[in-house]
Amino acid sequence: MNEIFENINWANMWEATLETLYMSALAVLATFILGVLLGLVLYMTDKGNMWENQPVHLAAAAIVNIFRSIPFIILIILLVPFTTFIVGTMLGPSAALPALVIGAAPFYARLVEIGLREVNKGVIEAAQSMGANQWHIIFKVLIPESLPALISGITVTAITLVSYTAMAGVIGAGGLGDLAFREGFQRSNSDVTLAATAAILVIVMILQWIGDRIIYRIDKR
Amino acid sequence: MIALEKLSKIFPTSNGDITAVDNIDLTIDEGEIFGVIGYSGAGKSTLIRLLNMLEKPTSGKIIIAEKNMADLQGSSLRKARQEISMIFQHFNLLWSRTVRENIAFPLEIAKLSKKDKNARVDELIDLVGLTGREDAYPAQLSGGQKQRVGIARALANNPKVLLCDEATSALDPKTTDSILELLTDINKKLGLTIVLITHEMHVIRKICNRVAVMENGKIVEEGPVLDVFRQPREEMTKEFVKQITEPEETMEAIRELMKTGDTSPIVKISFLGEDAEQPIMTNLILTCGVSVNILQGKVSKTRDGSYGTLFVQLQGNQEQLNHALSYLKDQQVQTEVMTAHE
Ligand SMILES: Nc1ncnc2c1ncn2[C@@H]1O[C@H](COP(=O)(O)OP(=O)(O)OP(=O)(O)O)[C@@H](O)[C@H]1O
Ligand SMILES: [Mg+2]
Repeated sequence: MNEIFENINWANMWEATLETLYMSALAVLATFILGVLLGLVLYMTDKGNMWENQPVHLAAAAIVNIFRSIPFIILIILLVPFTTFIVGTMLGPSAALPALVIGAAPFYARLVEIGLREVNKGVIEAAQSMGANQWHIIFKVLIPESLPALISGITVTAITLVSYTAMAGVIGAGGLGDLAFREGFQRSNSDVTLAATAAILVIVMILQWIGDRIIYRIDKR
Repeated sequence: MIALEKLSKIFPTSNGDITAVDNIDLTIDEGEIFGVIGYSGAGKSTLIRLLNMLEKPTSGKIIIAEKNMADLQGSSLRKARQEISMIFQHFNLLWSRTVRENIAFPLEIAKLSKKDKNARVDELIDLVGLTGREDAYPAQLSGGQKQRVGIARALANNPKVLLCDEATSALDPKTTDSILELLTDINKKLGLTIVLITHEMHVIRKICNRVAVMENGKIVEEGPVLDVFRQPREEMTKEFVKQITEPEETMEAIRELMKTGDTSPIVKISFLGEDAEQPIMTNLILTCGVSVNILQGKVSKTRDGSYGTLFVQLQGNQEQLNHALSYLKDQQVQTEVMTAHE
């Protein structure tokens, strides 16, 4: 083992993995909350829905589209002043969080909107006919009925976030990407690069597996 | 109970306005089952959806239990809606909830305590005959069972009115019958007013007390089901009544018979009550001397009595036939001599 991976410092490797997991976990959580909120606004303000409001809908859609089309690496650079202001530094895993969330939430918001649109309009009407108010409809109908789509969306987004953390690593955020770049690429230790890649691969596979399991459990259609 | 006054609904579309409901006046009494029948696009769904304000009227009043629904908004509208439930053609259950949880939905909205909620759900499951299926998800139920859940859910908050939008149109005939029976049962047991819309006359026949026929957003004819069966005035109504009294295969058989050149008259006799035709047939044979060849007979039970039709061919000499036809005219039955072009 040690002969093949002679340049690997396993303690560093483990630390980098933890940093990646830390960044990803917090970013997924924040992206989920922000994305669901933004997705709900997109859906509810759309034509024919309960908060129908063309200006708000267009504004939300514009924000989503703009942030979705900025390449992540450029987004990090654009957000340097913002991040320094919020986190206080540009180094370390926490510094990657604003860019990660701002990069991923609009993408996830679109997936949320698509999921909500698939909720049967008849079921919403049935709820209205029973005297449900808008909060009942959001929390008792829209979210539970679109949950498989929300979960599969956050799974895809989480996987994207893991690869974003690797990119963020390159500009000093730490984690497996950082390790692969500095220890692996810059010092020509291809075994380190390989091991970091393998670790990321394992994380992605576990995420996908968890997502699939949850959907399998909750989807009663 | 329900009064509609000059009710109209116009949908503005890019190709001009569509008047789905056109200046309708209608009253529906407490505790009756009122049917609205019409072809696709007549405006039936729009009409029934106006009753619980799923559609807002363009003009007119919708008075239910002394309140004009069109004036209600926000929480008072939501409160009123708990008294006017609805069941749907495609059931509209939440797939993410079990039978139990689906039925509990309106009770959660009405903020019942957990204990009261569970007790009420048990009652309802029993009422609609779903005992044993409480923990199934909608995907695991048949259409009829799904509609039973829909009915239980609709009854949860003890509504005064139940609206049924084509509630049996997605079901097979046997399941349709069992759902119609359940509705009749509920109507009797709970004294609930039921408004149902359909395009199938047999649904009207089986459970409605009164019926309105709808065409192009207007009600063209209205009355007790038995009266409408006996004496339909409008062409549209006659067509619907014929769905039941003159099934297509009978008419085909009669046309075939006429084509063979058989000149013996074929008479359609319509009567009220189960066995009103018995003495008439006997008399035709005994006093008029004709022989009676029964082609087809049918008794349709409505909620308020039976209505029968009988197709017979009369055979005999001209004098006997004239006698028979004039005898029939004098009886308490309606007769109609069928002609080839019908
Ligand atoms: N939201 C809407 N916007 C525009 N037009 C509508 C809308 N809803 C219904 N209509 C029109 O109103 C008319 C009546 O429709 P409605 O659905 O009430 O008919 P229906 O009698 O229920 O027919 P069906 O038996 O097919 O359900 C139709 O011409 C329909 O196209
Ligand atoms: Mg309809």
